[in-house]
Amino acid sequence: MKRIISMLIENKPGALARVVGLFHQRGYNIESLNVGPVFDGTYSRMTVTTRGSENEVEQITKQINKIIDVIKVADLTEGEHHEYEFILIKFNKLKLTIKIQKILKPLGGKVLEKNTKVIVMSASGSSSDVEAAIKAIGKANLLEVVRSGSLGLHEGEKVLTI
Amino acid sequence: MRALKDEGVKLIFGYPGGAALHIYDAIFRQKALQHILVRHEQGATHAADGYSRATGKPGVALVTSGPGATNAITGLATAYMDSIPLIVISGQVHSHLIGTDSFQETDMIGISRPIVKHSFMVQDAEDIPRIIQEAFYIATSGRSGPVVIDIPKDKTDPSKLYQYKRMKQVTLRSYKPRVVPHPGQIKKASKNLLSAERPVIYAGGGVILGDAHKELIALNKILKAPVTNTLMGLGAYPAADKYFMGMLGMHGTYQANMAMHNADVILAIGARFDDRITNTPSLFAPKAHIIHIDVDPASISKIINADIPIVGQVKESLAALIKEIKRSKLKIDSDALDSWNAQIASWRKTHGLNHDLYLQKTKSKMIIPQVVVQELYHATKGNAYVTSDVGQHQMFVAQYYHFNKPRRWINSGGLGTMGFGLPAAMGVKLAYPKQEVVCVTGEGSIQMCIQELSTCLQYNLPIKIININNEALGMVRQWQDMNYGGRYSASTYADSLPDFVKLAESYGHVGMKVTKQSELRQTLDKAFAMTDRLVFIDIYVDPDEHVYPMLVAPNGSLQDMWITKNKKA
Repeated sequence: MKRIISMLIENKPGALARVVGLFHQRGYNIESLNVGPVFDGTYSRMTVTTRGSENEVEQITKQINKIIDVIKVADLTEGEHHEYEFILIKFNKLKLTIKIQKILKPLGGKVLEKNTKVIVMSASGSSSDVEAAIKAIGKANLLEVVRSGSLGLHEGEKVLTI
Repeated sequence: MRALKDEGVKLIFGYPGGAALHIYDAIFRQKALQHILVRHEQGATHAADGYSRATGKPGVALVTSGPGATNAITGLATAYMDSIPLIVISGQVHSHLIGTDSFQETDMIGISRPIVKHSFMVQDAEDIPRIIQEAFYIATSGRSGPVVIDIPKDKTDPSKLYQYKRMKQVTLRSYKPRVVPHPGQIKKASKNLLSAERPVIYAGGGVILGDAHKELIALNKILKAPVTNTLMGLGAYPAADKYFMGMLGMHGTYQANMAMHNADVILAIGARFDDRITNTPSLFAPKAHIIHIDVDPASISKIINADIPIVGQVKESLAALIKEIKRSKLKIDSDALDSWNAQIASWRKTHGLNHDLYLQKTKSKMIIPQVVVQELYHATKGNAYVTSDVGQHQMFVAQYYHFNKPRRWINSGGLGTMGFGLPAAMGVKLAYPKQEVVCVTGEGSIQMCIQELSTCLQYNLPIKIININNEALGMVRQWQDMNYGGRYSASTYADSLPDFVKLAESYGHVGMKVTKQSELRQTLDKAFAMTDRLVFIDIYVDPDEHVYPMLVAPNGSLQDMWITKNKKA
């Protein structure tokens, strides 16, 4: 089952490597990863998606919690949560523009660059919607796809904070 | 230097080199800390590790960059697997050279990452005192472990001066190791233990590291349950006690493994259900309700699901458990316990170890290795600090040297590092110069760090080395006998072994050789009478004598054991 693990880690050199290294070391796979400093910039929010049984994910979160640079960890998939992903795409088949714009409309598709050679667009939505959209456009019609990886937070009043 | 002194450090084990020379110059110009020059950085880490295991204080090793750092890796991994507080300070190349493949540069932080509890790379020289203080705090608190401090050479430049600051207390927002055991869980555990009919206490190295052996003994004064220790836990519960069953697991005693398999309640304390303990996890202790006390939440329900998990310091958790049991209206079921203890006594009688082998006349012309350990126990009155290497000799000591006190048995359990024994013994001897320190080893293991014999001469460390010599890699041979049809692939070298007596003598020590059982006792007595000399006693033993019981693997449970080479229990 797909799991979204969210954490707050110290914004220090090596902190990211410790988290990523742990997944590899304990035999777990990272499907996507997103990290960036938040608030005062002394710490970062990181979102990792992985696959595993409940027991496996419990073991992953416990092991992550042991990393000295990790401040907090939560398995968002344990409860209700929001999940969002951003993508950028580039294509050069200009006659497909209207079709692609239509596919990306529910994902807030925006044209960032348009000229006689290429079009660059952005869009965002849940990972499954994003995946479905890319599939609908067709791999063969795209020059490039960039995905941010899932971002997530709890639904309701629950927050992950230091 | 001052920061180390303020942490109470008295000894540093190390080896100099370019990137560490500023630090070495500072060592020369002070008197508070003694530096012990080893012959290989692996020796420095094991010696610091041995010092830590014997004293409970963190050990410190100092190495240079590049090869110095990589040679320290085995020692770090050894300490990591056994949760030993160890500080390794490594010199690093100048910060402006990092990343340029400069001379003796290696990414120590990267290489050591999976085998340390934490690591620091010094970015600003003025942070050094804070980092050292934090490193000691992290290494020694919670589930202890090794910490690396990597210091680029320019950060120790003696021409720059900084103000020395020391924090009253270390606080890290991302690290809060103190956990109070949950009172509700303690209550549940108490009820469970008091109503048990076939309880077993399974105590590991965490009891020793958490300094909780007194609490464990006090608890069992009430519970009267049979107790088994892991390899790392030997000494946590007195071997002489009538409730002690010996070690469990791969080469555990018959009664300990049978008791675990048939228990209705298992109280696991500071133990981690290692694969050498559980055998096949799905077949492990099928009837048992499991209570697991550990300071590390990640150790609980990692391999075997715990019915009552208790996260907390072992000492504090046991104290709370004792208090709760005393308060409880429930009392132990004496009748059930009597018949359970009688069952264990009968298991002990059928396939238990013979602890008086040395009194018997052996049929074999050769010395039996188990007898060497029993004679060693006799010669040292069971009071020695015993370090070991890895292999059959290690298991023989675990089975036949009865440890009644914690921190006396010093071996590499988790990583299984050959070469650990001699340098670890140096660390112990330096910590306790007046105590008898023995390194039990084999002719395979001892050659992995034999160079430290030179260090022993330089610092006058009269360690006694018991070399159980079967002219083969014994444990490898045993597996080849049991599982590979006796095909001894790369496990024999009888024709190319050194003359260990001459070797010891060339290092300036005393060497003795024993080949007959009749000479064993007098030779040991003679060796131990030489209190101011290191004596290397090379004892030739029967190479066909293997370690039993041995769990049947793979796909076996704890009750599936080889009792001899051809006989399953």
